[in-house]
Amino acid sequence: METTSSRIAAALDYAAVAVEGNTTTVAVPWERAHEAGEALRREGYDYLIDMVGVDGGDTLGVTCYLSQSENPAHVLKLKYSTTERERPRLTSLHDLWGTANVYEREIYDFFGIVFIGHPDMRRIFLRNDWKGYPLRKDYVERNDVPLDNERIDDMERVCTVTLEMGQEREAVSKLFGEEEYVVNFGPQHPAMHGVLHLRASLDGEQIRSIDPVFGYIHRGMEKMCESYTYPQILHLADRLDYLSGTMNRHAVCLLAEKALGLEAPEKAHYVRTILDELTRIASHLLGWGCMAMDMGAITAFVYGMRDREKVMDIFEETAGGRLMAGYGVIGGLAQDIHPNFQKRVSEFIPYMRKMLREHHLLFTGNPIARGRMEGVGRLTLQQAVSLGVTGPSGRASGWHNDMRKIEPYAAYGKVDFEEVMRSDGLTFDRYVIRLDEIEQSLRIIEQLVDNIPSGAWAVKTKPVVKLPEGEFFQRVENARGQFCVHVESRGDKSPYRVKFRSPSLTLVGGLKAIAPGTKVADLIMLGASLDYVIPCIDR
Amino acid sequence: MEVKNIRIKNIPHEEFKDNEYLEKYVAQLREGGVNVVVGALSDLINWGRSNSVWPLTFATSCCGIEFMCVGAARADFARFGWEVTRNSPRQADVLMVFGTIVHKMAPVLKRLYEQMAEPKYVMAVGSCAIGGGPFKSSYHVVKGVEEIIPVDVYVPGCPPRPDAILYGMLQLERKIKVQNFFRLPAGPHPDESSKTEGDGDNE
Repeated sequence: METTSSRIAAALDYAAVAVEGNTTTVAVPWERAHEAGEALRREGYDYLIDMVGVDGGDTLGVTCYLSQSENPAHVLKLKYSTTERERPRLTSLHDLWGTANVYEREIYDFFGIVFIGHPDMRRIFLRNDWKGYPLRKDYVERNDVPLDNERIDDMERVCTVTLEMGQEREAVSKLFGEEEYVVNFGPQHPAMHGVLHLRASLDGEQIRSIDPVFGYIHRGMEKMCESYTYPQILHLADRLDYLSGTMNRHAVCLLAEKALGLEAPEKAHYVRTILDELTRIASHLLGWGCMAMDMGAITAFVYGMRDREKVMDIFEETAGGRLMAGYGVIGGLAQDIHPNFQKRVSEFIPYMRKMLREHHLLFTGNPIARGRMEGVGRLTLQQAVSLGVTGPSGRASGWHNDMRKIEPYAAYGKVDFEEVMRSDGLTFDRYVIRLDEIEQSLRIIEQLVDNIPSGAWAVKTKPVVKLPEGEFFQRVENARGQFCVHVESRGDKSPYRVKFRSPSLTLVGGLKAIAPGTKVADLIMLGASLDYVIPCIDR
Repeated sequence: MEVKNIRIKNIPHEEFKDNEYLEKYVAQLREGGVNVVVGALSDLINWGRSNSVWPLTFATSCCGIEFMCVGAARADFARFGWEVTRNSPRQADVLMVFGTIVHKMAPVLKRLYEQMAEPKYVMAVGSCAIGGGPFKSSYHVVKGVEEIIPVDVYVPGCPPRPDAILYGMLQLERKIKVQNFFRLPAGPHPDESSKTEGDGDNE
């Protein structure tokens, strides 16, 4: 790591470089951010994990978390900011990393920072007639519930700001041309897996381009976190991606424990890992069932939900909640496991193995299903890395990005399991990889369930949890990919800034990249195979 | 006011009868008295209506997953005639709001409600739909769908269990059953029945 950071320091003589553990921080003036980005891109930083907008009081800035697809354990922070608050301008990095496109739109939406050179400076979550920028510290609430629908013209109005000879030039254009035939999917559409609104421009039956419209379930969680205490934030994390609620909660717990220097008891690590894997199984079963249902196979959905109920039973008995288990807390678990827990989990493993064979028999070999999934929707490895498509969908394209392997947290370091990989990146690969991951999850659970250590399930924390000053970052693998939490603390009982990296947001970015050229009917399959959860995107 | 022979493991049968709101509703309806023929015909229509309620699925977030569980094999709302979920508001009888409604979604929800044919009902499922729930302090969340559309049945929980959702559904069935089909109230509450006094027989 030392060599990398010294190489960076030599290449970027205008930057302030600091190294702390596995993380290198590079601060540059915003005018030279693009230049620094180019240099880092040449150094092999091809994966932009997340971009966090920060209102520092008198500055508005951005923190980019970068990593290398070859060496994903290493994280580099690129920081740049501006002191201008009236008309803040920063340089766009969208041409270096594909994901920057949506992240910069998000920062524009929340902080009002305009990125020079960005091709599509529209609001991403809020409506165009929204007043103010909600995540700024001086934001004053002054928006009523709108009663009229957003105008299509507003949705399509694309603003770009470019710099020509030192002079800013604003240009306004329309997203779709007059002659284009645009079809709306959603926001209330049964096959959209939530309230995603896709506007697809069609050429006959073929898709020319799609424009995803987000924000129909934007709950403003990140702003709420700034006034909540850390234990309260756990509950919000559950409700981000509700199908991997336990894992999201796990991320926040791990972050707080790391910051406080707490070490959760071994028992908590074991149980959390088992619950994470059970959640992953439940999520993949639901994803499998819904994907089959989108193809018209209702039976598969009923089968998937039947097996999922078994997992829900285990949760209910031990944690008390079904979908929102609410079991992990900062320092361990909320309470001890139920005496039946181990027995129930051990019974579930052979049952699920048997059912998994049945699922394959029922659906994977089905010629109609194969016909709809094979040869469709290729996402190349390069696209996956640039667009940050992580999780099963990224691994289906051949990208090793499993956080359980890269940075083994909780009890993942103690178990033997395989990171399921495929290489073609087709719809069928993304389908099959989920069923194979269920098998691996069962393997993990099998190795842990009989060895849960006895003893305490939580360490005592202070009644008011205050994180020390600084920036903290935690990545976990949820059912859809890398879920990351960034917390900036100023020593208070509430964080100064929280940012959740939603793996689903980048999955929709992947959909946008692979949809052009496919048929309308395949669009549904592509969406189902990427398996995004919209409330996680919108936060 | 009779209650079907319902078997839901976690809820005792008597619990389904425990609904003060409906008792008041019936008392109010009986005050005016009903013609025997009209009453019998209304009962017949309501028998059919209450046993084939078609919901419009409007799941925005977590509660929608529990709704899927209600539709799947274990809870199985098909037992009560609810299985025909509609994706078009024109064909639906009841709008089931699952999950948080935010500012951007509010006009969409209102439009869907307006597109539904009368008589229509609304169920608000989950604490977000009831009053904003855990997101009450947010800048972008509607504090309860009642700000936008009238609500018949509230099902609390975050998210509610499938049994709770079934319970809410069955209470709505009971409500449909006691109504006078030829003099339906304009809103979800019986007090509003006086508003349609004049044009009762327009069906």
